[in-house]
Amino acid sequence: MLKIENLRKSFGPLEVLRGVSLNVEQGDVVAILGPSGSGKTTLLRCINFLETAGGGTMTFDGESFQLDHMSKKDIARLRKKTAFVFQDYNLFRNKTALQNVTEGLTVARKMPKDQAAAIAKKALQKVGMADREDHYPHQLSGGQQQRTAIARAIAAEPEIIFFDEPTSALDPELTGEVLSVMRQLADEGMTMLVVTHEMGFARTVSNKVIFMEDGVVVEAGPSRDFFQNPREERSKAFLQTIRAAEMADKPIQNV
Amino acid sequence: MISERLAGILTDSFWKILLPGLTVTIPLTVISFSLAMVIAVTAALIQFARVRVLRQLCRFYIWVFRGTPLLVQLFVVFYGLPKLGVVIEPFPAAVIVFSLNEGAYCAEIIRAALESVPVGQLEAGYCVGMSYLQIMRRIILPQAMRTAFPSLSNSLIAMVKDTSLAANITVAEMFMAAQKIVARTFEPLALYIEVGLIYLLFSTVLTKLQSMGEKKLNIYGEQVM
Repeated sequence: MLKIENLRKSFGPLEVLRGVSLNVEQGDVVAILGPSGSGKTTLLRCINFLETAGGGTMTFDGESFQLDHMSKKDIARLRKKTAFVFQDYNLFRNKTALQNVTEGLTVARKMPKDQAAAIAKKALQKVGMADREDHYPHQLSGGQQQRTAIARAIAAEPEIIFFDEPTSALDPELTGEVLSVMRQLADEGMTMLVVTHEMGFARTVSNKVIFMEDGVVVEAGPSRDFFQNPREERSKAFLQTIRAAEMADKPIQNV
Repeated sequence: MISERLAGILTDSFWKILLPGLTVTIPLTVISFSLAMVIAVTAALIQFARVRVLRQLCRFYIWVFRGTPLLVQLFVVFYGLPKLGVVIEPFPAAVIVFSLNEGAYCAEIIRAALESVPVGQLEAGYCVGMSYLQIMRRIILPQAMRTAFPSLSNSLIAMVKDTSLAANITVAEMFMAAQKIVARTFEPLALYIEVGLIYLLFSTVLTKLQSMGEKKLNIYGEQVM
């Protein structure tokens, strides 16, 4: 459904992505793993055009695009098929939880207000935020804000949702509620591309793993293979570091 | 302590000063400030969106109007322009100068407020499919105006007092009314204090309105900077 080939991105002289390719099929939950600075977030931002890639091609629903020569029209059209969940939520601060979800429907998709409200309420209910629909973002906890952001993402019925470290800004006791919502989406067959540091989530929810380091994909494949029989030395080293950290930090990593 | 004569002058003059306050000072302020807001929002958005050429034009306008005295601007427009055949009545001349001058200051306030809105708000707008203009109008500008509100109120209060300068281009506002009574009664101390107190009254009402406005705007809470 979504195919990226040879994506490149530099910030000045710094090459952040050095030819990244990936393939997402419908219903896939793909976890992008890797140490900090490996380019995971930049990759996701390039795929949704929040950054302009320096080169590479994208195939989405059978249509091919040159990533460094995207027209505004194509970007707008493609964005309506996708949704993005940010690390720091980015709920609209001047809108209530409900308005955060309806905004894109009524303004960008010209949906009638009452229809949008009905969809939004259903989405908020799904993420367990129905009783907070009139709260403004500052009146919500980080976990509640992120769940509202997920409601905003699913309301538009996207073909794929991109998650950029959705639990990294949360206190450990709040990550569980967000991960369980994501787990529920995965169970319902939502296609998801998730940059994460949550190994538990990657291991148990995602069916594919992409392991990145220094702007290249080191290893990509089914997540069971990656966690049980990593092929590459660098993958093994990464997993070992993670396991050591998990041992030292046992109570938090039970998701 | 206050002689009967002075007391008579003060009560008599109170209405004579307040009346031009209500019919000239307040309309001058309201009209000029409204126009200033239109200018300021436009200039701020042009700069924020980095519209070429127009942006340079805005910088030039702000540079000139912030960098020269308000009194000089009033004199250029009212006493200077007739040299070029442009004759403007005192009140409209005052409106033009005050709105352009205030617009320059407020444009900077609003531009800074726009820039204080986190870029994530724009990105989130894009990701739900909104266009740049839709995001500006519905998300970024409302947040910026809320941030700018205290500073803009401050400018408005300063402006009420600055309208007294319009007396210099023969606008018959409050201060000119007081000056005329002083010329007749030779009581400068009492009368200038009196007109000062009426300005204070106006400012106090605006300050009250400002705090009410801030409470109302606070509905969506503390901004996380």
